[in-house]
Amino acid sequence: MCGIVGLFLKDPKLEPRLGEMLTDMLITMTDRGPDSAGIAIYSGAKDGLGKITVQSAQPEVDFKNLDADLHDAIGQPVAMLVKSTHAVLEVPMGQLDAARSALVHLRPNVKLMSVGDSIEIFKEVGLPKDVARRFDVAKMEGTHGIGHTRMATESAVTTMGAHPFSTGPDQCLVHNGSLSNHNGLRRELIRKGMTFETQNDTEVAAAYVSQKLKEGEDLGTALESGLEDLDGFFTFVVGTKNGFGVVRDPIACKPAVMAETDQYVAFGSEYRALVNLPGIENARVWEPEPATVYFWER
Amino acid sequence: MQSFDLGKEGLRALNSSLHALRGQTNMTAWEVINPKGAHAIAAGVDAPVDITVRGSTGYYCAGMNKQATIRIKGSAGPGVAENMMSGAVIIDGDASQYAGATGRGGLLVIKGNASSRCGISMKGIDIVVHGNIGHMSCFMAQSGNVVVLGNAGESLGDSLYEARIFVRGTVKSLGADCIEKEMRDEHFALVEDLLRRGEADTKAKPEEFRRYGSARKLYNFNIDNAAAY
Repeated sequence: MCGIVGLFLKDPKLEPRLGEMLTDMLITMTDRGPDSAGIAIYSGAKDGLGKITVQSAQPEVDFKNLDADLHDAIGQPVAMLVKSTHAVLEVPMGQLDAARSALVHLRPNVKLMSVGDSIEIFKEVGLPKDVARRFDVAKMEGTHGIGHTRMATESAVTTMGAHPFSTGPDQCLVHNGSLSNHNGLRRELIRKGMTFETQNDTEVAAAYVSQKLKEGEDLGTALESGLEDLDGFFTFVVGTKNGFGVVRDPIACKPAVMAETDQYVAFGSEYRALVNLPGIENARVWEPEPATVYFWER
Repeated sequence: MQSFDLGKEGLRALNSSLHALRGQTNMTAWEVINPKGAHAIAAGVDAPVDITVRGSTGYYCAGMNKQATIRIKGSAGPGVAENMMSGAVIIDGDASQYAGATGRGGLLVIKGNASSRCGISMKGIDIVVHGNIGHMSCFMAQSGNVVVLGNAGESLGDSLYEARIFVRGTVKSLGADCIEKEMRDEHFALVEDLLRRGEADTKAKPEEFRRYGSARKLYNFNIDNAAAY
């Protein structure tokens, strides 16, 4: 069992409240996943700047002078915002790859959470309320976001085993369920050049979608392909820079509820997660159909 | 009318108040406000009372119901009226997975759509769905009746025993050992009665329905196959 929440805002007036609404939804899903929690927030791109979110078990050591060290390595100014065990590094768009490679040498113990011009991912072991407080998620603004509360079944309870998983620029995926053919798929994806941080099944699904997007498929088509190639139980919610997608396996055991108003599209593992959203009383609320891809793009 | 604010007083207080109604009671009308998708609302009631839930519910609302009439003025989460024994559960909106699962008696009315596995392993309950039902509905259903005014999803009635299924719209596919059967007079009468009790008699007529039931090849032991065991 796991909990998933997601919000895709249509009304820019709600953007300052994205973090606050997602935090409330996430905490409501605590009893579906008290092991760990995570959130991906898309806060919009700043002109010419990209973002790298990193995590460290020893932030006081790893993040000390990291901005200056990275500046020296890539020859461009770097802005750093430390939030607990995570740091968001802002670098010029053209230097994202150089900064990533430099990070591996500068701070070998640091883990990469996400890369892109809009996405930031924060995830840790612990109760959703503690994780949300640690990163001050309630204060975050953005256009869309996805959260996950994990009850681990398939691999260890670690920071890197928490969701969301990000395996491509501005991409993320969260999962409720378990996959049965992830080992074979992982080997295929490794042959195609993907790299993996964990033994987790969800990371394979994330990498699968990233690979399809890299091959030129749009999000909807990539998720359609996933229905053919991924075997197991899944409700996935996927984020891209401009989009938000949902797909359930054909058996559809893992719960899912969606709500749509003029202001937003919302996803919850249960209706409970949606009850405090503005205008929910008059929202169109429905259960996504099995083996059917839903996605919204702006 | 007893009004109960679930947001203030909590689920455990609600259900213990309702469980205490066994036997004689004058408190026959109940209203639950602020359900907010909570789990197990009014589960395990065993008294001839009328309970109205003003909003949508989470898992297992009205589970194991005996005697009570429970109305949900919203949509219901997974497992609504699971293992109902008697009484009635009436949902104004949609019902999630396995509505009425394993139900042994009583009437479940869903005025919207029901999703997958509606009536799975039912054992005597009657279910009336004004909209559609999802895939694998009535899987291994043993007895009771299901009336669907809309369409049915894939694998309807897979491994069916003796439950009767009446569908007005299309059936995406029939499950193993489920076949269409002739509508006889007693079936028209049965559907007419269920449409009336299911508050659907103005929406559909018995002659618009087709009947599906068990071919009885799967669950009967066939002596010719003895060598295979």
